[in-house]
Amino acid sequence: MIASPKRFGPFRRERPKIMPLDKATVARIATLARIRVGEDELEPLAAELSGILDWVEQLMAVDTENVPPMTSVAEMTLPMRDDVVTDGGNVDGVLGNAPRSAKGFFAVPKVVE
Amino acid sequence: VSALTDLTLAEARDGLKAKKFSARELAAAFNTAVEQIKPLNAYITPTPERALEMAAASDARLAKGEGGALDGIPLAIKDLFCTKGVLTTAASHILDGFTPPYESTVTEKLWAAGAVMLGKTNLDEFAMGSSTTTSYYGPTENPWRRPGDNRPLVPGGSSGGSAAAVAAHAALGATGTDTGGSIRQPASFTGIVGLKPTYGRCSRWGVVAFASSLDHPGPMTRTVRDAAIMLGAMAGHDPKDSTSAPLPVPDYEKALTGDIRGLKIGIPKEYRVDGMAAEIESLWQSGIAWLKDSGAEPIEISLPTTKYALPAYYVIAPAEASSNLARYDGVKFGLRVDGDSLDDMYEKTRAAGFGAEVRRRVLIGTYVLSAGYYDAYYLKAQRVRMLIARDFSEAFKKVDCILTPTAPSAAFAIGEKADDPVAMYLNDVFTVPADLAGLPGISVPAGLSDGLPLGLQIISRAFDEETVLRVGHVLESAAAFTHRPSFVAA
Repeated sequence: MIASPKRFGPFRRERPKIMPLDKATVARIATLARIRVGEDELEPLAAELSGILDWVEQLMAVDTENVPPMTSVAEMTLPMRDDVVTDGGNVDGVLGNAPRSAKGFFAVPKVVE
Repeated sequence: VSALTDLTLAEARDGLKAKKFSARELAAAFNTAVEQIKPLNAYITPTPERALEMAAASDARLAKGEGGALDGIPLAIKDLFCTKGVLTTAASHILDGFTPPYESTVTEKLWAAGAVMLGKTNLDEFAMGSSTTTSYYGPTENPWRRPGDNRPLVPGGSSGGSAAAVAAHAALGATGTDTGGSIRQPASFTGIVGLKPTYGRCSRWGVVAFASSLDHPGPMTRTVRDAAIMLGAMAGHDPKDSTSAPLPVPDYEKALTGDIRGLKIGIPKEYRVDGMAAEIESLWQSGIAWLKDSGAEPIEISLPTTKYALPAYYVIAPAEASSNLARYDGVKFGLRVDGDSLDDMYEKTRAAGFGAEVRRRVLIGTYVLSAGYYDAYYLKAQRVRMLIARDFSEAFKKVDCILTPTAPSAAFAIGEKADDPVAMYLNDVFTVPADLAGLPGISVPAGLSDGLPLGLQIISRAFDEETVLRVGHVLESAAAFTHRPSFVAA
């Protein structure tokens, strides 16, 4: 039987042991976040972020069995409205702050050769 | 006659109505004050010409007896609120040159009530911080100094520019936003009043998003009455914010009756934290005594999940921030650093545009939301958040409001705590729970510690800002805080 990583990995709910982030993990999340991080910054960042996560780990001591996650701060249902266009037709306003635009579009580096 | 800049917002409003001075005279006096407090770096972008234009329009309305609730009142706006045609930076390099083509709902309402804009105030980058030292535009200084010590102090944060401007009499009031304590903690550090309304009371539309389930716009003023007046103009339902509450806005000034007889005041035993200064404990005891002398009944309560509020916050807020800040990519607005490919451009732009604290939180947020960790961190934190909200619901079965210190210390020196993120996060230990639960809270200046101001906080039930204001007003009268900072515009 293949163990589900959620149950048997290092982050299972009961007394989890959180591994400090290593350089490779920091590099991976920096890529996910699309922030360039220099090689020399990975080590100090790993230590810094691990420190924060170590401190956050105290949450694991709280018994949250049968407690639903909060999904809405105020007790209200989100309102519905008619599915009609209420705004738009303002190309100049939309593009007004673009670092680069051309012919009514945002301009970016070439994506397809 | 005292200087116009020494008036409270309520006094200025009454003076304008009685035609003792004009809105233009008032705006000119405050433009000068804004100029004078330049060394504090409280304003990123002063807008003196706009202030005079808006004041002239106010004078025309006032002459016809058509003035709104804030007609002619000069206000500072935290530079997180989008203002049409005026540079809006969020104190970040990545929003370089961003000039919104629209106005935030809250500022729109303030201008509709006749208020006058003095300028945009400094903050921690994207409102992430408790010291206003992470701004791309440099730190803001607290107008207060410790007696016999010349080191510049932080004004708290993230709404530190707004707090410093109001405390130094360079605005009659200011907008702030509170995600983990960013209105109440700087109010405590600068000896002013800061009110965080209920989640949904003031629209978030047009406010640069940090953590959407936690961001609360609110007023910062020198008196509780001023906060009541300003909140009345800021609050109200907004169809453009789906979490905005469709509730009528009461006349908050009417809530200031001075009568709190029979009110039950909860004193949470878990708010006695290790290492809290003795002055804070004794000020809290004074607060309890003042409310008791006014006929209220203090009752010890328990908020058992409190000690987990900060770590829960530091999962939820970065998670939401990492998602909200994904929009800063060098394509639609602000800074762009060119790259060989689209990804290269994204990565270089975001590396250059975000400061260290913002990068730290985006990375933490990305990590806790990433595959395999979402349940262990994010869902766990949201379950703890539910328990924190339940703690408050239980408490409000027994009491009408809760009295706590606002912050665990007075203002600290610029540069202190800079190398230890967790020590900096602890500033918000007493304010974060009300953000997580979405409850209204006010900080009222109540005393001095080593010559520096300290605030006390009142928290109440959702949408009961009136009780928060009523009790805050009694606390304010009893504390009779009349101390002035060392640096006041005159």
